[in-house]
Amino acid sequence: MPVTSPLLADSAWNDAAIKLGNSFGAIAGFLGILLVVFFAAGRATGRLGRPLAIAVFLGPALLLLLVGLVAPLIRTIYLSFRSDDSSRFLGLKNYGWAFTTDTIHQVLLNTLLWLVVAPVAATGLGLVLALLVDRMRWQSLYKSLIFMPMAISLVGASIIWKFVYDTRDSSQAQIGLLSQAAIWLGWHNPPNWILSHPLNNFLLMVVMVWVQTGFAMVVLSAAIKAIPDEVTEAARLDGASGLRLFWYVTVPMIRTTLVVVLTTVMIVTLKAFDIVRTMTGGNFGTQVLANEMYSQSFVQFNVGRGSALAVILFIAVLPLVGYNIVQLRKERATR
Amino acid sequence: MSSQTSDQPALSTARPLPAVKAVRKSFSSPLGSLFVIVVTILWTIPTFGLLATSLRPQQQVAVSGWWNVFSHPDLILSNYHSVLFDGGFGVQGGLMPYLVNSLAITVPATVFPLVLASMAAYALAWVRFRGSDTLFFLIFALQVVPLQMALIPLLQLFSGGAHLGGLTVIPKFDLSGTYVPVWLAHTMFALPLATFLLHNFISQLPRDLMEAAVVDGASHFKIFRSIVLPLCAPALASFAIFQFLWVWNDLLVALTFAGGTPEVAPMTVRLAQLSGSFGGHWEVLTAGAFLSIVIPLLVFFGLQRYFVRGLLAGSVKG
Repeated sequence: MPVTSPLLADSAWNDAAIKLGNSFGAIAGFLGILLVVFFAAGRATGRLGRPLAIAVFLGPALLLLLVGLVAPLIRTIYLSFRSDDSSRFLGLKNYGWAFTTDTIHQVLLNTLLWLVVAPVAATGLGLVLALLVDRMRWQSLYKSLIFMPMAISLVGASIIWKFVYDTRDSSQAQIGLLSQAAIWLGWHNPPNWILSHPLNNFLLMVVMVWVQTGFAMVVLSAAIKAIPDEVTEAARLDGASGLRLFWYVTVPMIRTTLVVVLTTVMIVTLKAFDIVRTMTGGNFGTQVLANEMYSQSFVQFNVGRGSALAVILFIAVLPLVGYNIVQLRKERATR
Repeated sequence: MSSQTSDQPALSTARPLPAVKAVRKSFSSPLGSLFVIVVTILWTIPTFGLLATSLRPQQQVAVSGWWNVFSHPDLILSNYHSVLFDGGFGVQGGLMPYLVNSLAITVPATVFPLVLASMAAYALAWVRFRGSDTLFFLIFALQVVPLQMALIPLLQLFSGGAHLGGLTVIPKFDLSGTYVPVWLAHTMFALPLATFLLHNFISQLPRDLMEAAVVDGASHFKIFRSIVLPLCAPALASFAIFQFLWVWNDLLVALTFAGGTPEVAPMTVRLAQLSGSFGGHWEVLTAGAFLSIVIPLLVFFGLQRYFVRGLLAGSVKG
């Protein structure tokens, strides 16, 4: 083990102290300015008081939203109609490129595959687990452990799973769990998982399912507990039982929650580029829309094409988020 | 979604109702329990493998699988020291600067939106004016805008200022190499959701209390500081935890606005780079990855109740 020179470690700690000092200094400055403004504006009385209060309370948030979201939204749409250096107007050419180029076809196909497989798998598994786990002893232990991946970043999760999929030449001992498991099961020469198209797409989706299943389970478990007692009781007196009770009573009663969970996971799936970027970088036929948008915009600097892909992504998530927001609002209204 | 779950701690061991039990009973079989146990083990093993590998000596990691720790328990902590301070394998200087960056980015990017959103939510709920409902709805509706829609223009703004025709609207500031663009971007993107959630809470505060304070001659600023903020502590805590984890775990915003330099880039950016270029050196990568996930995991196991609430409320975030 090489021994670190104490000097190097010292400079690392100094560097850390300076950076954290800057960061906490910024917070102190921010709060300090606010306090001064509050104090000054609080002195104002009479007719000036109310408008001043509105300006001070709302102004900063509105300004940031305008500069950070509203203006960029309009500008991205504008840029998507222009050439990659934004100098010429191209009409719908960038969109035409997105829907006719072969490589982008693969990207859109993969994205669609992700959008269907990962959310359905995560929600379905979450529903089964929610039904099974609540009558078990130590249930909170199981729930915590299945829910835990939700706290891990997608980058962290990708590294965890990249290690599981790691493949060595068959002359060496395997260090990836999947290859070793295949060997234990009698498959002597497992393939290089990450390179096997189209299997690698599904292996990447496993990471998303691993992260999102716990979320689906926790939300659905709460919804099942909230079903009124009388409903299930009445159905039971009518002779329904077992799987029929589940399929014709439980599932319809939690339908709204089920759809919200499904759309929520879909939104995360559509926008998640972390997994593809960390595990394959979009190579080996695994590219998806969100990562292609990043590559076009910030690696190849094709601003027009990148913007068009962003707009396509926006249009794809719009109905999903819209549905969720309407549901959320309905729920608030009935409460 | 949040209201269904916020009333009951989602991970508690509340007893199921009798009729719900009937449905569960039909699923109840040793096979069902076995299924849950198998899934739990499958869900835990990959993370355990990461931890085990990060604690094994380099020579062993390269030639044998981590499951050999059970037969040859030979655990060390030196991987963590070397990955933090030495780096090695072409990694200059180790991961310590990136870990510090993560912290230096996350704390302000949590405090700023929290304070600004609670101010905006208070004004929209209690300093009512013409159009305040419309304004609230507009802010709320901005949640549909995905991050990707804002990245290119915002990056152009940070690097070149904003111009309308020949007129400079926002001058160019040289912010490269500082945390400021990342803080600002995270604050901007967090505001719609934060304002929405805090407005729900702040607008529910008792009207009598607010009116009594006004009668006593308190200004809006005094009411905000001495009544609203203290009473909102639980809602603020939930959102703070959600935002902390969101920023800590984020890759897209950091990659776009911080770049990859040790001066500003956080752990997620560095790990994504290392995963591409140094994928073979698992003892480095696993130790680094475990360092980056240990803080979210502590938050998760320590503040599970708040964590669940914040996460459920924030799951529609763009």
